[in-house]
Amino acid sequence: MAKIQLNGKKVSLKNRTSIKQLLLNYKLLNKRVAIELNGKIIPSTKYNIYLKDKDIMEIVHFIGGG
Amino acid sequence: MKSDLLKIGGKTFKSRLIVGTGKYKSFKETKDAVLASKAEIVTVAVRRVNILDKKKPLLTDYLDPKKILYLPNTAGCFNSKDALRILRLAREMGGWKLVKLEVLGDKKTLYPNMLETINSTKTLVKEGFKVMVYCNDDPLQAKILEDYGASAIMPLASPIGSGLGIQNKYNIMLIKKQSKVPVIVDAGIGTASDATIAMELGCDGVLINSAIAKSKKPIIMAKAFKDAVISGRNSYLAGRMKKNFYALPSSPTEGVIN
Repeated sequence: MAKIQLNGKKVSLKNRTSIKQLLLNYKLLNKRVAIELNGKIIPSTKYNIYLKDKDIMEIVHFIGGG
Repeated sequence: MKSDLLKIGGKTFKSRLIVGTGKYKSFKETKDAVLASKAEIVTVAVRRVNILDKKKPLLTDYLDPKKILYLPNTAGCFNSKDALRILRLAREMGGWKLVKLEVLGDKKTLYPNMLETINSTKTLVKEGFKVMVYCNDDPLQAKILEDYGASAIMPLASPIGSGLGIQNKYNIMLIKKQSKVPVIVDAGIGTASDATIAMELGCDGVLINSAIAKSKKPIIMAKAFKDAVISGRNSYLAGRMKKNFYALPSSPTEGVIN
């Protein structure tokens, strides 16, 4: 099991969960989102990488704003 | 009439009104107001996805980014590092290169931190972004931004969300006169006539959010702004009459029956 910090919250994941799988779980795959993992932006071509313990991940999207 | 188009960062637009998508009661209202405004560009913010609510509707479900240009904005950033992070993430989301930079300096006035704004502009231009920059109504700072490659200068009319209208028309005019890139009045516009004044000063466009979203009837106000911007632009292009200190009769003085 991997414990990561996702959008500021502690989340436990099954072993060998990829970014793609995680996005699928949150119904965000193929939506307009961007991923930052440990401070680095991850392009969608690299969503197959596995998340590991203590990873810090951010998923962002567009919201209404001025 | 020859077509009068707005060109920013290599893109061409018919509408000179840019609208924000914040502060509306619902996404439905946001959508209806945007459609009524006939704007071709909307500003959007970048925030964390709410991972606790998988069914929460998304802005993109209501406003299709393929049909209307999303202008990612760094609203809420108080330093260059955060602003750059947001815009790089935004670029990742959809390849957006045309962005709006806003680096704030003070929570009470939301005035820009111009030092951080200028530094961010430099970096973003180097990275290939087309940057529209929120700035003070200061012609010297505006010139610096243009020299560093800003794609549009966006001076404030008055503090963000204040609705106080254009406080320094003379400065806005000076900025417009000296700029070779579009000047778009951003922030502080309170009502439709304020937008007309901005356009009559020769500005290339206006950005409105609160004045529409916080009006009593946002959809009608969106239409009012659409018309106000067109009127102001036409009035500017037509060229106003000269001001006189005394009356000049409108009817001929010859042939008066006496």
